[in-house]
Formats: sequence, structure tokens, C-alpha cells
Amino acid sequence: MAKHIFMIDKRVANAIEATHDIPNGAKLMIGGFGLCGIPENCIAAILQKGITGLTCISNNAGVDDFGIGLLLKTKQVKKMISSYVGENAEFERQLLSGELEVELIPQGTLAERVRAGGAGIPAFFTPAGVGTEVADGKETRVFDGKTYLMERWLRADFSIVKAWKGDTSGNLVYKGTARNFNPMMATAGTITIAEVEELVEVGQLDPNHIHTPGIFVHRIFQGSNYEKRIEQRTISNSVIR
Amino acid sequence: MLDKIGIAKRIAQEVRNGMYINLGIGIPTLVANYIPPSINVVLQSENGLLGIGPFPTEDLVDPDLINAGKQTITMMPGSALFSSADSFGMIRGGKVNLTILGAMEVSENGDIANWKVPGKMVKGMGGAMDLVASAQNIIVAMQHCSKDGASKLLKKCSLPITGLNCVKKIVSDLAVLDVLPTGGFKLLERAPGVTVDQIKNATEGKLIIEGEIPEMILA
Repeated sequence: MAKHIFMIDKRVANAIEATHDIPNGAKLMIGGFGLCGIPENCIAAILQKGITGLTCISNNAGVDDFGIGLLLKTKQVKKMISSYVGENAEFERQLLSGELEVELIPQGTLAERVRAGGAGIPAFFTPAGVGTEVADGKETRVFDGKTYLMERWLRADFSIVKAWKGDTSGNLVYKGTARNFNPMMATAGTITIAEVEELVEVGQLDPNHIHTPGIFVHRIFQGSNYEKRIEQRTISNSVIR
Repeated sequence: MLDKIGIAKRIAQEVRNGMYINLGIGIPTLVANYIPPSINVVLQSENGLLGIGPFPTEDLVDPDLINAGKQTITMMPGSALFSSADSFGMIRGGKVNLTILGAMEVSENGDIANWKVPGKMVKGMGGAMDLVASAQNIIVAMQHCSKDGASKLLKKCSLPITGLNCVKKIVSDLAVLDVLPTGGFKLLERAPGVTVDQIKNATEGKLIIEGEIPEMILA
């Protein structure tokens, strides 16, 4: 048994420090589903620093004036890899004018490609997309009478995730449906940056309740001024559309 | 003819006790309102929740709790939260018993097209391709014809495909139809006030009519 407490301190001061070495042309993973569970502070830092030519792997592309939409507006994004990119007029304009490249991936395939990237699985077979244009140019194989499509892993230079709580060694806990793509993306970055609403000392999070073990996280900081914008505010007496 | 609410009410009759169900955006989301309280089901949201509850009251709105349509929601007693990878694991793994989604076109062999109209803005397939590739049972809510009167129940889809041979049942504004494993739309019920001839004229794909076709009963 170790006589001392060994813990690696991964804390950095803020989003500016956490993102200081992201170069132009970097491939990023950015957590979140819609505007839920997105790393608001790091997006703001990338916006402020003006890093360009980015490839962003993220389920969605934000809205016109929030989330990744902010980086689209300033033309910092060269390519989006996403499953659904509606609700964004500037995105649409850039796509139709050819300024922006887009790769659309079935959502479950996107989640699994990221998971595979973090788990060291270079390829896998999925039924999603068989017989569709998603299958163009990809290997298919029949297993037990059903056709499956081979999909490759996804990895990133920097994975940027948002969690509810974290400790200084990088252990993370998510809240509600803000978890979404964050846990897989945390595993698939060469450098993984986590911003959290509450950063605590080691020992203060129950090890039974950790969602992302700290081994996957390289830098962590407590974010500030979370806006947590809601895309579709629906309350119980409103009519479902 | 059924309006959106009518389609949702009729689809709700297909729901059975104990089902785990994924509801797509639009009419499918409305189905939840018409499932009788005597039937216990769990609604899955592919962004990472089992046990979707009603929309919150103003004081319970939580930006960290949304459904796949990005609407604020609540959880039920017994709800569970998970990642997108786990979510699509349970979808591809065949654990979700029923998927209800919208369609632009369905072919007589059960192919579905609902994600892309060439020449128009492409928003992406979201989770639709994963859902249709794996669900045990898929019910489609759709309009039988386009606004200019062209059938959407076709021999072969003209729009880009979302999935092959997957649709089991269709509830349209005109009818309830099974998609047979051997091919063809089998007419089961007529919407109130709709004749068999109207349905024949509105269906381009192979329509199978056996005996009297009853009018559907809506509560």
C-alpha cells in the first residue's frame, strides 16, 4: 500500500489557460446536445483568441448567436462533423455558399465512433445507414444474416467537455441530460479539457458516483457565468408542438 | 380524415403495457398525451434519459434537462440518465420495443425516407438512421399525400433513404396500414369519413384490401 496520497493536480486557472495551445487548424471535439451541456467558457475563449481553420466534432452546431454558432459567425470553423445541424441560419448560408464543409453522421454512429476512438477500437460494424448514402464507399458485411456497415473511430487533438462537478484530479460528474456526448468525448482527445460548474478538492466526490475517471482528463477548471440558454422552453400548461 | 391529434390518438392505441418507447419529433411526441393512464410505459429520449415526464412548471424548468427536440422536460420516479453512447447502445441492442416517427415517404417494402430533400437545406439525420436500423417495431405517422396530392406511400422511395425494410405500420390522415414482410400496404382501417376508393387513389404502392375495411374508432 502507498504510504502517501498520490494525486495529479490538473487544475488550470480558466478557459484562456486551458485552451492556450490550441493551434489554427486543430481538430476539436466539443461536448453537448443542442445547447445542453456545452463548454461555454472554452467556446468563448476560442472565440476571443480567434483560432481559425477548426474542425469541430459535435452533435450539433449551436444556434446563430450561441454555442458553436458563435465560432461559425466569425468563420473560425472549416469543417463540422455532426448528426443534426438545424436551427442555424448562418450555418445554412455558409454551407450553401461552400465556405463550410459538413460531414453528417447518424447520431448513434457518431457517439460510437467517439467511444471507439477513446477505447482503442479502430473500427466497428453498425446497422445504421445500411442502404443509404451514409454507406457510400464503406465496407459492408453480413453477420448472422443481417448487413452491417463498417465505421471508423474518431479522435481529436483537443476534446472539450462540460461537467457539473469535478475534482482537481479530473474526475467528473454530469447532471441531467447535459451528460450526452461529454463522457465519450472526454476519452477521445489527445488533450482533454474539462470545464465544471463546481471544482472540488480530491476526496470530496464519492468514487461510486464518478462518471468520467480522471485518467481521461488533462486540464480542469471551474467555469463562470454559465448562461445555459434554453432552445425550446416548454412548460406544463403549454401546448406541445 | 384525421388531423395531427387524430393520428396521435390512433397511434396511442398501439401502445402496450410494459413497452419502452422512443418518440420522434412532431406528431410522435403528441402520442404521449393519449396513452391511457392504465398503461405503463417508459419513454426514451435518445439524448440520454429513460422515463420522460411532463413538461415542467415554470419553477421546475431546468436547462440541464431536455428531450431530443431540445424542449425542457421533467423526469419520472424511476428515471435513469446515461450517455449518448449508452442511449444508442440500447437502441441498436434492440431494447427499445417501439419507435414512432414521421416520414416523408414509405415504400411498399417498408423503406423509409425522412431526412433529406435534395436541393433543400439538409439538417442531418440525427438519430433516425440508428433507430430505424434497429427498432423491433416501427410505426410511422405521416400524411398520406403531399400538399399537391402526390402519394407518399410508394412502390419505391424517390427521396434519399433513411432505412431499408423497417416500417411495420403506418397511421396516416386517411388510414391505418400494415407493411407486409412480403411487400405491400395492407389496409386495416379507414379514417372517419374516408372511403376505400379515396385510399386507393391516394396510394401509389401495392395496396392490399381484404374484405370489409372498418372505420377506425377513436376515443
